[in-house]
Amino acid sequence: MTIEAESRVTALRPDNQDPTLFGQTPSQTVGPFFHYGLPWKGGADLVGKSDMGARPELFPEDHYVLNLSSPNGTPNGEVIEIAGRVIDGNGDAVPDAMIELWQANAAGRYASDDDMREDVALDPHFIGFGRASTDADGIYRFRTIRPGRVPGPGNSVQAPHLAMSVFGRGLIKRLATRLYFADGAGNDVDPVLNAVPQARRSTLVAKRRDGAWWLDIVLKGENETVFFEL
Amino acid sequence: MGAMSDVIPYAPDDAGAPPSLFPDYGSTVARSPIQPLVRIPQTLTEVTGPSAWERLMGSALADLTTQHKNAPQGQRIVVTGRVLDETGRPVPNTVMEIWQANAAGRYIHSKDNWDAPLDPNFTGAGRVVTDADGRYRFVTIRPGAYPWGNHHNAWRPAHIHLSLLGPAFATRLVTQLYFPDDPLIEIDPIANAVPMPYRQRMVCRFDIGVTEPNWALGYLFDVVLKGRNQTPFEEGTHDD
Repeated sequence: MTIEAESRVTALRPDNQDPTLFGQTPSQTVGPFFHYGLPWKGGADLVGKSDMGARPELFPEDHYVLNLSSPNGTPNGEVIEIAGRVIDGNGDAVPDAMIELWQANAAGRYASDDDMREDVALDPHFIGFGRASTDADGIYRFRTIRPGRVPGPGNSVQAPHLAMSVFGRGLIKRLATRLYFADGAGNDVDPVLNAVPQARRSTLVAKRRDGAWWLDIVLKGENETVFFEL
Repeated sequence: MGAMSDVIPYAPDDAGAPPSLFPDYGSTVARSPIQPLVRIPQTLTEVTGPSAWERLMGSALADLTTQHKNAPQGQRIVVTGRVLDETGRPVPNTVMEIWQANAAGRYIHSKDNWDAPLDPNFTGAGRVVTDADGRYRFVTIRPGAYPWGNHHNAWRPAHIHLSLLGPAFATRLVTQLYFPDDPLIEIDPIANAVPMPYRQRMVCRFDIGVTEPNWALGYLFDVVLKGRNQTPFEEGTHDD
């Protein structure tokens, strides 16, 4: 009995509730099977008129428990489409990635309790957060509003941009990046773009292509997208 | 005094953060950047996040065992705990999204070809919202382990996927909850991407107090998001 008790004690390891281990919960991959759990129909349509963003063909209809978004009005601003292909280090498309987007409204205000600037108007019809699964060809696609400019450090003003997170099988941690516009006012003085080596800045700048603002996300290799340490 | 636009940044990754590239987990090899991450100043963009997420994601679905006509197969469990930041403060009114395999280790996903039965009464997806103290609770069945193609005789330990927004772009977290005394954890390349002892932060604890008599086993699991210092950074006063 004594031996049994001792070996049991030896086997005990600290766990989530152990105060000596308290700290940030580590990141893990979303894996390949997230489509019934994360990207809802309309998640990629921040203007709110379609089923963009989901992959409902990947699971049975009667197992759809994700939200069905119900648009409640049209946001102010220029409606734009954002698209691109997620590409891996072999040059292959990544058909099981998910992109998340976070952005300000057309006036440059975030729909967040932590943006307390009352002199910049909220838009009751715009939240600025979305999710898009990549399709079988590795393409993500959002419909949204072109964002306004928001403040940067000190007295700087940031160029219009969207914050994006990349998730997927093989990505143990999300990769954080940004999308800027090729014709964006203030790109040349943007405090974040200027933190990026000049030769790599173009990996963050979307160009017009077939009616969309197009930006490939290259996870590894030639023209690798700049990812951020926040 | 700093300008109006100065923000209080969130902490960087701590010592428990896994690398992006962990070759034992084969899929990381072609999908991890070669270039180092570029350090950027946190701005309003990074320290804000959607407050009206409920309008996008919908209200809570806290019981994964009552989404269909009959009860699912498997061991019913309760998982509960708190969402905190790394300074110990609760994170209230934040969403935790949940997805998992069924009791046999099979996902309701057409790309999952593991030869274990699907359960028509189990989807394996839900979401909960933290209360004012950061508490959450959901009911599900214990997921099964399953084989995968990473290497010869590879099996994933039983796990529940958890996704949290937290208050800001900087606090975004997707993780996996593992179960105590699972021998597969220490031979799992995904869990092992997190160095010891921090890997154990992802292992929940069985708790007899959470366990409900004649109904469900109970597990405790706290999620800790990135935090930030209370004091705003003031221009001109730093001395580093």
